[in-house]
This record gives sequence, C-alpha cells and structure tokens, in this order.
Amino acid sequence: MSRYSRHIVLQEVGQEGQNKLSQAKVLVIGAGGLGCPVLQYLAAAGVGTIGVVDFDVVDISNLQRQILFGTSSLGINKALAAKTRLEDLNPTITINTYPEKLTSDNALELFKPYDIIVDGTDNFATRYLINDAAVITNKPIVYGAIYKFEGQISVFNYQNGPSYRCLFPNPPEEGAIANCSEIGVLGVLPGIIGTMQANEVIKIILGFDGVLSGKLLCYNARTTEVSTLKISKSKNEFENITALKNTYTQRSCKTQVKEISIENALKKDRIQFIDVREYHEQPQLDLPNCMHIPLSRLEQDQNKVNLKNTNILFCQYGIRSKTAVEILQRHEITNCYSLKGGAVAILDHLKINI
Amino acid sequence: MNLNIKYFGLLTEVTLCSEETVPFSKATVSELLDLLFEKHPDLKNKDFQVALNNEIVSKDTLITANELALLPPFSGG
Repeated sequence: MSRYSRHIVLQEVGQEGQNKLSQAKVLVIGAGGLGCPVLQYLAAAGVGTIGVVDFDVVDISNLQRQILFGTSSLGINKALAAKTRLEDLNPTITINTYPEKLTSDNALELFKPYDIIVDGTDNFATRYLINDAAVITNKPIVYGAIYKFEGQISVFNYQNGPSYRCLFPNPPEEGAIANCSEIGVLGVLPGIIGTMQANEVIKIILGFDGVLSGKLLCYNARTTEVSTLKISKSKNEFENITALKNTYTQRSCKTQVKEISIENALKKDRIQFIDVREYHEQPQLDLPNCMHIPLSRLEQDQNKVNLKNTNILFCQYGIRSKTAVEILQRHEITNCYSLKGGAVAILDHLKINI
Repeated sequence: MNLNIKYFGLLTEVTLCSEETVPFSKATVSELLDLLFEKHPDLKNKDFQVALNNEIVSKDTLITANELALLPPFSGG
C-alpha cells in the first residue's frame, strides 16, 4: 500500500486530490503551539513544499504542547528542529526553513513562492504584518490564535473574502492585552486549533466547499462550546493596504512592567531617577541622580538612558511611568522600574526621613 | 427586552461571568456598551468586537435580536 492510500481511496480526494496536495506550497509562520500540529499534518498529508519561519529556539517549557520537539531538540532553532522531525515523517516532500524573524523587509519575498500562508504566531505585531503582506501578495491566510482555554480560527483573504483587519481593524492599545505563553495555556488547545488550521489548508488545496472564510470559529476547550460568527468584508481594510509599514511594533508579553516602591528603589545599586512628567509639572523635585525626560519626548530621547544604571522612572502618581517603562523596554532597555506612587510617594518618603 | 450577552477570552475575567442577561430599553450597540461599561468599568479599556445574532456588527447597529457576544482579539500561538 502506498503512503497516501487512505487519502486516495476517499472518493472526494482520490489520486487527483493527492496530486494537488503534492503540488501545493504552504508557508507556516511560527513553529510553536499552533505551527507544530499544522506542520505535522501537512507533512503527513504529503503537501509537496512546506516553508517554516521561526527565529526562536526550543525551550523545555515548549514541550508541553509543541509536539514536533523532544528533549534532543532543546536549544535548537525551531524551524530546523521541525525540519528534522518532518523529514523523518515524510522524506518525499520539500521542507524550506527560514530561521529568522518575519519582518517588513522579508515578508513579501518570503510569501511570493507560496500558495497559502498559515498564521501560527504568538503576537499581534506579526499577525498584522502577515495580514498586510498577504493582502499585498494576494494569498489566503489560515489564521489561528489562542488564549488560555479558548481558540479562534478563520481563513482570511480567500476568494475575495474578508481579512484579519475586517475583523479587528487595528492592534490593541499598548499593554491592553496580556498575550503570551507566560499567562498559561492548556497544552492540548493549540493542538486542537492547529489541527483545525491544517484541515482548512487541506480543504483549500483540494478545492472543497465550506472553507472557513467570512466566519470566525471560536472554540472553548473547557465547555467544548463552538460559536461561529460571521465577518463582513470592509473594502477600506483592503484599499488602505498598498505597502507594508516600516515597523509593526512588537507588543509581546516581554513588556511586563516592573514596579518598585521608593524604599526598595533606594536599596538598589547605581540608581538613576528619571522624571517623565512634562517640564511644567509641579512640584519639581530636588533629587540627586535625577534627570528629566518627559514622556512625550522619551521615544526620541531614549538614548539618554544609561543601560548600566538601575533606572527608576516616575511621574506624578505612578501611572504614566508604566507606559514609559514599556517604551524603554521596546528599545531593549530592560533595567528600569516604574516607581509606585510617583512623585507623591517620593515627597512623602523625604518628609518622613528628613 | 432582555439581552443575553456572551463574553469571550479575557473579557470573562473582567465581567467574572461568561454569560449574563441584561434588561435593555434603548436602541443601539453603543448604547448597550454604555450600560455594560457602567456595570463593568474595566471593560472600557478592553478591545473587542460585538456580534449580534452571531454576526460581527458596528457600534451604531440597531439591536434587533437578543443574542450578543463580545469578542476580544487573541494573540497566543
């Protein structure tokens, strides 16, 4: 019996369908929780050319759900580790690996040779980049995303259907959504959602009716409830996309803001206070080791911040300084804290201790 | 009329329920949202879309059915 005999005996697939699979070219972005089951089923099904994009390396905390990897893959790039496993699973197909980040510079070139793009990423920035690049290159996206026990699946940009931006026009506000694996996810959930993505890919290749376009399927693993919501196409969301933006800001979980009290801040070495209030705000504080960079200028003046210091950012009450810390963290300035209670807390502390 | 509102993802952590029934006497989705923001102030800071009778709709849509859902974007993978 041949490798694909269980496909070929299906009247709806047959040798003709199997040939379509072997001629198909699918690019999978992200070889993580979603990407692993997608890759596994596409390789097993005999999809002839599969591209894998992932810059990350395998970590032991991945093994709870990223089923292509084992302890022997630890520390190895995920795209390369996936290829090793997939070649063992099916040596008759071609696996192209891209052990790099998807960016505005490489996305269009990477997408070009492929028929279908699979979104298995874990952050909004890349999801919007994938959407825009797929709209420009006119490729369908098989989308999947998860949160704790829930998942969403859809096919975007397929036969004139809606795109991701027709559903969610813009990325969420900075810090509005904790969106990382650190908040936890039931390991089997990406297995289910990724497998459903693989199914949509295969349906598209085989030309089946009922591709999940214009609809978002929501699955809840705790209640086993499924809701399917209709999405309408918004022309603007296509017409507005003529070129990729220079940057799609990374809003990942790594921008969790560290907060610190004034008492604990003073115990740190090499403290540098940074007042992020605007210049006119009162009271002005006469602190040693204090510089003034208003929040409105922080993005352009971030190079004034010394990486070697413990930077304690404060505003009036400790709210805006959290945004300031996020901005610095995006510029890879990580040794910084938001001061709890802000200038008010510093004043109180000075009153008590003088 | 009584509306049945379903919450997805992290919105359930704000509303502390996955579903609730809300009496409603006004007309549009945005008027309903004002009511829900009063009930759950933290909802205001969240991004989500509204589905009416299983169809994603804009905020100025007239509410003509009782089944609504609030759906946030997910980013995990």
